Amino acid sequence: MKDAQARLQAVIAAVPYARFLRIRMDLAGDEMTAVMPYCDELIGNPMLAALHGGVLGAFMEMTALAQLCILHPVYEPEPGDAPPEERRLARQPRPIGVTVEYLRAGRRVDTFARAQVKRAGRRVAIVAAEAWQDKRSTPIALLSARFLLSTGDAGDGSHPVQPQAEQGAGSGPDRPSLRGVEGAGGADAGGSSSA
Amino acid sequence: MTATPLSTLRQMGQTIVQGSPHARALGLEFVSLEPGEAVIRCPYRPELVGDAQTGVIAGGVVTTLLDHCCGIAVMAAMQTYRPGATLNLHIDYLRSAEPGQAVHAHAHCYKLTRSVAFVRATAYDRERECPIATAQASFMLDAHRPGHASRP
Repeated sequence: MKDAQARLQAVIAAVPYARFLRIRMDLAGDEMTAVMPYCDELIGNPMLAALHGGVLGAFMEMTALAQLCILHPVYEPEPGDAPPEERRLARQPRPIGVTVEYLRAGRRVDTFARAQVKRAGRRVAIVAAEAWQDKRSTPIALLSARFLLSTGDAGDGSHPVQPQAEQGAGSGPDRPSLRGVEGAGGADAGGSSSA
Repeated sequence: MTATPLSTLRQMGQTIVQGSPHARALGLEFVSLEPGEAVIRCPYRPELVGDAQTGVIAGGVVTTLLDHCCGIAVMAAMQTYRPGATLNLHIDYLRSAEPGQAVHAHAHCYKLTRSVAFVRATAYDRERECPIATAQASFMLDAHRPGHASRP
């Protein structure tokens, strides 16, 4: 999937709120890690000096959407294009729900997140995400997100998701870490009204 | 529910919302407070948009608004203030918010035990009867105690 980085950038560009939070997505080989750099404006309660819980949820939701878009890019056909070999979406997935579990306080340091598409069916995708700070093995919050997919075609039932190792492969042998992508994939304004 | 008089809380309303650096950054505003209930809002701003093509406010902003409103509702339900930390937040996004409109959140803390508070909330743009999102949250109380893994 050579254009994983381009796909990521397209997702990020579409989400002003991701830039507001200064989120970036680092694509390193076949793994995507979202980074939310610490700043004082992320603090929820100044007495406890902990990150706002809502922000952590929003951050993981954006990570989940970006991961989903890398795996199932939005299809923008050119005249005369042959049908894509892989499955493509007619438009950006719409979040229809999220569940967040808070495990630990978010401290005054950078926060990271990774997401895994657990299943992408014909109409709905289930994505899990984790956020951590110092140690990946001690996450500070967990997210489970549900997205509505729109493929614009009849489809043929569910598409079992390939292992995560498949995606992004080949995107960066010459660039071990594609850093500094502005913004993030979007907690695209919940809503499924036009679905 | 009078130990922290509501009249005092109401006067402090804007301070409660603005006392949080992130709430301030988002531009959240206090609207009203009743025993165990709170209403706050988030005025529309282009930088809070989740999809540049539609101009619809980001789902993550609604998440933060709902979480914050739930926290204030817990405060409005308590006899005396005890810091709480969000334990769990479940949100269903029912429809897109209308571009250009402020998003409101109404939260109701309907059960308060010694250690956990339970809250329901809705987010809406024009009318509360026509919500954008519904939420269910639980909060751990006295989460700041030494040795306890705390969250605000």
